[in-house]
Amino acid sequence: MASIPDQDHSGFRPSMLLNDRRYRGLTYQFIALIVIIFLMAWLGMNLVSNLAAAGLNFSYSFLGDPAGYDINQALIEYDSQSSHLRAAIVGLLNTLLVAIMGCITATVIGVTAGVLRLSKNWLVARLMSLYVEAFRNVPVLIWILMIGTIVQLGPSPRVYLGEEPERGLIFGLFAFTNRGITSPAPIWEAGSVWVVVALVASIVAAWAYMRFRKKALFSSGTLYPAWPVLPILVVPAVAFYFILGQPIGLNMPDTLANRFNLSGGFEIQRPLIALWLALSVYTGAFIAENVRAGILAVSKGQTEAAASLGLRPRRIMNLVILPQALRVIIPPLISQYLNLTKNSSLAIAVGYADITATLGGITLNQTGRAIESILLLMLFYLVISLSISAAMNVYNASVALKER
Amino acid sequence: MTKKMLLGAAAATGLMAGAASAATLDDVKERGTLNCGVSTGLVGFSAPDASGTWEGFDVALCRAIAAAVLGDASAVEFVPLTGKTRFTALASGEIDVLSRNTTWTFSRDNDLKFEFAGVNYYDGQGFIVPRDLGVTSAKDLDGATVCVQTGTTTELNLADFFRKNNISYEPVPIETNGEAQQQYLAGACDAYTTDASGLAATRATFEDPSAHVILPEIISKEPLGPLVRHGDSEWGDIVRWTLNALIAAEELGVTSANVADMASSAGDSPEINRLLGTEGNLGEMIGLDANWAVNAIAAGGNYGELFAKNIGEETPIGLSRGLNAQWTDGGLMYSPPFR
Repeated sequence: MASIPDQDHSGFRPSMLLNDRRYRGLTYQFIALIVIIFLMAWLGMNLVSNLAAAGLNFSYSFLGDPAGYDINQALIEYDSQSSHLRAAIVGLLNTLLVAIMGCITATVIGVTAGVLRLSKNWLVARLMSLYVEAFRNVPVLIWILMIGTIVQLGPSPRVYLGEEPERGLIFGLFAFTNRGITSPAPIWEAGSVWVVVALVASIVAAWAYMRFRKKALFSSGTLYPAWPVLPILVVPAVAFYFILGQPIGLNMPDTLANRFNLSGGFEIQRPLIALWLALSVYTGAFIAENVRAGILAVSKGQTEAAASLGLRPRRIMNLVILPQALRVIIPPLISQYLNLTKNSSLAIAVGYADITATLGGITLNQTGRAIESILLLMLFYLVISLSISAAMNVYNASVALKER
Repeated sequence: MTKKMLLGAAAATGLMAGAASAATLDDVKERGTLNCGVSTGLVGFSAPDASGTWEGFDVALCRAIAAAVLGDASAVEFVPLTGKTRFTALASGEIDVLSRNTTWTFSRDNDLKFEFAGVNYYDGQGFIVPRDLGVTSAKDLDGATVCVQTGTTTELNLADFFRKNNISYEPVPIETNGEAQQQYLAGACDAYTTDASGLAATRATFEDPSAHVILPEIISKEPLGPLVRHGDSEWGDIVRWTLNALIAAEELGVTSANVADMASSAGDSPEINRLLGTEGNLGEMIGLDANWAVNAIAAGGNYGELFAKNIGEETPIGLSRGLNAQWTDGGLMYSPPFR
């Protein structure tokens, strides 16, 4: 009698790693892993041995040495005797500054242009198409240089200087020159903190009022007016300012301090303006296309349904279309933010001291520590990009379709 | 730019195996051309002319080296480099010699592992300002905005000068001399600072050079010269002695016009004979042909001729010899003896 062998359910034999389709994949993955590890190790060994052969030691001790160079715009205290590490941090903060400013304006520009491109007004729609096509089809470096040249067209700061200047300050407060914009800076005196606290509290209160207003509209259909937001925002801070005896003074731009530039006040320098504008309009063009795609992705039936409920076109856009479109818009928006941040590394083209210019440029050159500086630079960008990604993914999760 | 830098950095560490091998002379001979790093365009020192041929004082040195090694002054591949990219390019072996008005400093020589082959121009850092500013001294520049090339010793000297004199300034970092010139003329900065020779060269290209003044202060010592990688002394010697041959030729009265004549047979002066290979075997000692120095001198002339032709008082750049005169004329140009 021919015996039918039992199906072997329990045993695992090593030969199955090659013969059995269930396990064969694991074998291949394991081999690939080993190969990759060896490759990385070989590259690493090569790096170490070649560095040793060239007589170069891998060390980050240079970060503690005095940098020796000056930086034109620093958000923290910095002079030429500060360390290379501090110079790198100054650069990092400058990168973050222009990235954050750029992301905000690019979003505003992009959403506006994206919505308007779908406008039924022929002229508006065509103008927005022109903007999108012109900006996203020319390399960003060209735009940075171009806008850098445009914002350089202002007068020399010297026209504002001296006892009898050619020009007075605009409103006695501002100066627009080919080197940037100068405005008065606040001087914080004792008690000024309470004014700030009042302002923050009124912002919270205004937000709470808007929330209450929205809730009331959705639950009961009562529409409270929007105008109380303004007094809520302004009145407490202004009241505190006068009650406490005007604790915030103004540091006016000084036209007499020297013969070259305005001093004092608050100066936004030309490189920052140029880079910020260029990155904003360039990335804005891409965001506009994302927004347009998101809006078109919402089925036309939604618009028609909302219209048949009697909603006006602006309400349809704000309450029905955009919330649904966000689900399509957010993921590509994340990569636009990442692009903007990484494109900010072109800053040196207009003389802006971002992290690529300080750590990856001047420090690298003055110390000759190319490998160390580039690795550190990569690490900084990686951390910035991953942080942006993480934050945006959290936001994405909050607007994503919740299936219950 | 960044990509090039990264490539340079990667190559510098030898991720590409064998990028920087020891025997540069063999590599150059095998390749048939000399890879020479020059600036991205500084008229008089290294800049392409209207037909795209590189010319200038630093370029002439590259040509002399190529002539000495390969017998052909045109067998040079010029690699334009910014202040930022020049050292990685040299360290990685992308170029054989860097002749790009580079200042000889302690840390570049020792920490960056390069070998300076000598000095072909003794320079110092200065400032240029528009004449109508009425500035007569660099110490009057308190509060001024100053354009400066990044990745240079200039940047560090500038910070030191203003700190030492306890006055303030705003630096505007710029990548190349050309951009700096454009920014300066557009009024983005009140003053531009770089080596005085570079200022003279830059001013020569202005529409109205007389509207700009170079301030009298020289705030640093900038000995400029060609450099090579550490670890290949034979190649370093070739570059060093080619430069010395040009300097010695001027001292001894050997010019591009009479060098062929003088080299045809041994003359009265033993040192000229040794230099030109009609006596002794200096060529063999350095690993080149006997007529290596003849070729180097014939390529463009001796040191004095190169100076006069490219940056001298007859040219638009109009530099006087000053420190760069022969030691016999009170300058610092002094070649060790050829024997």
